[in-house]
Order: sequence, then C-alpha cells, then structure tokens
Amino acid sequence: MRRLLRSPKIVTGLCLTVAFLILAIVGPLVAPYNPNSSASTTIGIAQPPSAAHLLGTTQTQQDVLSQLLAGGRSTILVSLVAGVAATVLAVGFGVAAGYLGGWADDLLSMLANIFLVLPALPLLIVIFGLLGRSNNPNDLLIGFIIAVTGWAFGARQLRAETLTMRARDFIDSAKIIGERSWRIMVFEILPNLVPIVATSFLFTVIYGVGTFTALSFLGVINTSQWSWGTMLYWAQNAQAAQDVHIQWWWFLPPGLAVGLFGTGLALLNFGIDEYVNPRLRTAGITGRRARKAGLPRRPQHGLTPVLRSPEAA
Amino acid sequence: MRLILRRIALYVVTAVVAITINFFLPRLLPGNPALAVLGKAQSAESPQAVAALEVQYGVQTKTGEWGQYVQYWVHLLHGNLGTSLNAYPASVGSLIRAALPWTLGLVGTATVISFVLGTLIGVAAAWRRGSWLDNVLPVMTFFQAAPYFFVAILAVALFATKLGWFPASQGYDTATLNPGFTWAFIANVLDHAVLPALTIVLASAAGWILGMRNMMITTIDEDYVLLAQAEGLPRRKVIGYAARNALLPNVSGFSLAIGFIVSGALLTEIVFSYPGIGYLLFNSIGSDDYPVLQGIFLIITIAVLLANLLADFTYALLDPRTRQEA
Repeated sequence: MRRLLRSPKIVTGLCLTVAFLILAIVGPLVAPYNPNSSASTTIGIAQPPSAAHLLGTTQTQQDVLSQLLAGGRSTILVSLVAGVAATVLAVGFGVAAGYLGGWADDLLSMLANIFLVLPALPLLIVIFGLLGRSNNPNDLLIGFIIAVTGWAFGARQLRAETLTMRARDFIDSAKIIGERSWRIMVFEILPNLVPIVATSFLFTVIYGVGTFTALSFLGVINTSQWSWGTMLYWAQNAQAAQDVHIQWWWFLPPGLAVGLFGTGLALLNFGIDEYVNPRLRTAGITGRRARKAGLPRRPQHGLTPVLRSPEAA
Repeated sequence: MRLILRRIALYVVTAVVAITINFFLPRLLPGNPALAVLGKAQSAESPQAVAALEVQYGVQTKTGEWGQYVQYWVHLLHGNLGTSLNAYPASVGSLIRAALPWTLGLVGTATVISFVLGTLIGVAAAWRRGSWLDNVLPVMTFFQAAPYFFVAILAVALFATKLGWFPASQGYDTATLNPGFTWAFIANVLDHAVLPALTIVLASAAGWILGMRNMMITTIDEDYVLLAQAEGLPRRKVIGYAARNALLPNVSGFSLAIGFIVSGALLTEIVFSYPGIGYLLFNSIGSDDYPVLQGIFLIITIAVLLANLLADFTYALLDPRTRQEA
C-alpha cells in the first residue's frame, strides 16, 4: 500500500479524483446562485468574470460558477453508476466465460465481442432520442444504459486472465475438495483479479464521463438539467468560441472539469498498471536524476534501469 | 484464413444484431416514440409519407411483428432506409449519401495521420525513456480524457477566432464556391479540413502513443533485440526490428479504437458545422428526425465493421502466425 502511495501518478490521480468527488457532494450546496436564475433580463451578452460572478455569466446572465458546481453532481453520479454497473457486468461475463469454457464461453465471448465492435455513441443516441427528452430519464437510469454499452472491454480482459488462472493448482484443489463453480469463481478467482477489476472500473468511469458529457452536449438528454455537458451545449449554441470576444469563461470551466476528472482517473489507472508491471515505470528516473546517479544516457538493452531513492533505502 | 473467417462471421452477426435493435427499439421503449413521430408527421406531411412511416414503425398495420421485421429487412436490402421527417420528401439514404464523403475523408485522413504519428512518438518515448517525452505523457492524457468536442471548441477559439489562421466552420466556402474538381475548390476544402483534422489527431494520438510506448518497452528487453545490438547493428535498424514487433498489439487495438474515434469525429463535426454525418446527426436530434437517426446508426455500424475488417486483414498480413494456422 505504501509503495502504491509513493507513485506520483497514483498520488496526483487520487488527489484529483477525491477533489472531484467532494465537489460532487458539496457542489450544489455551496453554489452562490441558483444556476437557472438570470441576474438581469436586459443584458444579452455573456459577461466576463467579476467579483459578483467569479466565472462570469452566460448569455442569459446565469452564473457559470453555480452551473459548474451544480452540474458536477449529476456528471459524476452518472459516470460512477455507469462504472459500477459496467464492472459488475464485466466481472460476471468475463469470469464466467473464462472459467466455464466450452459453449458457454463461446456464447458469452460472442456477446462481448458484439458489444465491443458495435459503435456505442450512435446506439446511445438512438436509445435516448427515442426515449424522448420529455420522458426525462433520471441519473441512475442514464448510468445503467451507458453501462450496457461499456462493459465488453473489461469482460474480455477478465476472461483472458481467468483462462490463465483456471489451470493453476489452487483451482484444481478447490475443485477436488468439491467447491461449487460459483464459489470457485467468487472466492478463489475473483480476489486474484482485483487489479484488473480496478483498472476496468476506472476505465468505465472515464468512458461514462465522456459518454454522458457527449450525450448532453448533443442535447439528446434533457438540456434543462445541469451537467457539464449541457453547459457546453448551451455555450456551443450561443457560439461562445466563435464570437469576436471569445467567451472563454463559459466553455473552459466545464471542459477542463471533464478533462481533469478523466485525467485523474487515467493517472490512477496508469499507476496501477505500473504497479503490476514495473517495467512501465518512469517514476523518479528523469534525465537529470539518471545522470546524477551515473546511469548511462543511452538506454541499455536487456536492462531495466532501477534507481534506489534515498528515502527508500 | 480461419481467423479472418471467424471475424467476418462476428461482423455479420453484429450487423444483424444492430439491424434487429434498430427495428425493435422504437417498438419496445416506453412512451411509444413511433406514435409521437407520427403525430408530428401527420400535421406536416403528405398522406403517402405518413403511410410509409406507419409501415416503418409498425402502427396501424395488420401485419404481425414478424411480418414487419421481414418487411424491414426487404426494405434495407433494397437500400431503403425510410424517409426523413424533416427534409421531406428526401429519403434518409440520400441525406446520408450527401454527408458521408465528408466524414469518410475527414476521419480517414485524420485517423491515418494520428496512427502513424502516435506510433512514431510512442517508439521514441520508449527508446528514450526518462527524457522530456515522458513529461508530455500527462498532457496527452488530458487530451485523451477531455471530450473531442471540447478540444474542437478550444481549436476554434484559438486558431480560428483569435488568430484567424483557419475558417471556423463549414466544409467549404458555400457563399463563393461551387463544388467541382477545380483547384480553388479543392484548396478551399483542404483549408476547411485542417482544424477538424487537427482536433481528431490531437484527441486520438494519445492512445496510440501510450499503447506503442508500453509495448515497445516490453519488446526492447527481448533477447533478439539484445542480440541485434550485440551484433553492432546501427541503432536505426535495431529500433526498426523492435518497433515492427511491438506494432502488432497496436494494430489489433485499432478495432477497439475505431468506434471511439468515429464517435469523437462526429462530435467534432458539430462544433465546426462540418457538413458530414455528425452534423446531420445533430440536426436530426434537434428536430426529432428518428428515421435519420436510426439510418445513421446503421451506416456508422457498417462503416465501423468494415474498418475492423480492414484492420484484421492488415494484422494477418503483418503477423505470419495468423496465416499459418489454417
């Protein structure tokens, strides 16, 4: 655990992720204004940041900061729901396919492969389009629907890993003792898959943020409910980037928020990858430190440069 | 060859699944969207159009569900995707045909550039592990995590509005030029394509860079690379050997990425009002033009499946092991 926390990628990723989770919880409570209310009905242009509106206003004089704070909750909630649901599906399909083998594997793998090549976003657009903006699906339902299109990649990875595990001795011994299949899958195999389940969860949360934001940006999900995607939808509608006076305060915050939240999760993901496969690590071995430690500048083949940091020794 | 045949079987099944989903979705979802469509159509369109829609969405017809399903297939196989609600009497097929070349040109070029550039940078980043290139990785991660359309908005704000280097919207100058094989038109199209293409490259290259870097790092430690270097081969050759072998997973990763890239490109088009499939999609969402939405879903699925097949052929060409199996 302490080794995990020494990786700068894990630490940065964790900080970003936790900051956004806090924002999701308290954001709507600390928003200075109602995100829907207009400060003035007479002004028709977006106002730059000022003391009254720290991130400026939209074209209809709504407070951008309040929208950002209010929109974070649904964006993050939907992506977390999508991540959890997709991971449950991925574990179920992946481990079952890998362990059971035979026709069950063929069938489940076929299903996963279909969902893998089926373009998700156009499918979701059709689903949400037909559901209708008037039906107003709630955040949970949106998360579940996104999850249905996002589990296949994790399932394929988990299946491959389960396959290598099936032939190991401890599984054989569990079989000989007479453990049931589901017990072997849940209590023998699954604990060994934790790093892969974790990366697959993080991956689907990133997928969830991106997809939900894209769907809101397209206006296919209720455009009056605040999320970072709907903020970008309205900014694009008002041509905030095309205007002679670029209204950066309008489109920059929600876009940066999505990007930074995704970056935080991705960094965590890379950190876990490097933890599992130390070769991928760059941590600490920057050019200057390598030179100081007397490592050759040109890479040596067959060797993975490892530096013992003074703190670690 | 067996591998290719298996993949083709998968793609055929996927296409059938997509078509089946497309048929049953409007019939299964709550709130009966088909009736809503017809309600909208009845006030605006001719009786023939309404009748055609009734057939497509299975309202007021004596044919059973199965019969309708068969009928839907017959229509599809004749290339009939239905009629647009909004651009009546234009057929969905004609709308998509007009938009498709723009998207294919843009996405195709941008994807090739991104793949080649990303792979090369990935090789360099692996070879010079610990150099400044490693510091670029977090920045690339941000571009990968940020939505394509946000990168597009940034590109418009910076390069079009602020600096005025490139046009901010449309596929060509519609006010002054007519489409044709003239030098002026082609130059204008290219000028308009630079920013959208740059956006797609910027947003998608990170995946290739990271994939190639990680694979390359593992490959560099292989014995044959060590041998190549011990033999005193020039560095350029050694890198070439390693890179060629590290490339394979990236090519097979292509099939995963293509769906994301196409989706991202559709969103990019919207920001640039680029006259491709994405912009058509956006307009159809705004006007609840369900037949067009569903037609686009099918066309994109088919296109993605074909791109996958192409990647599979490339893979078989690069990796002799897949050919020997048969």
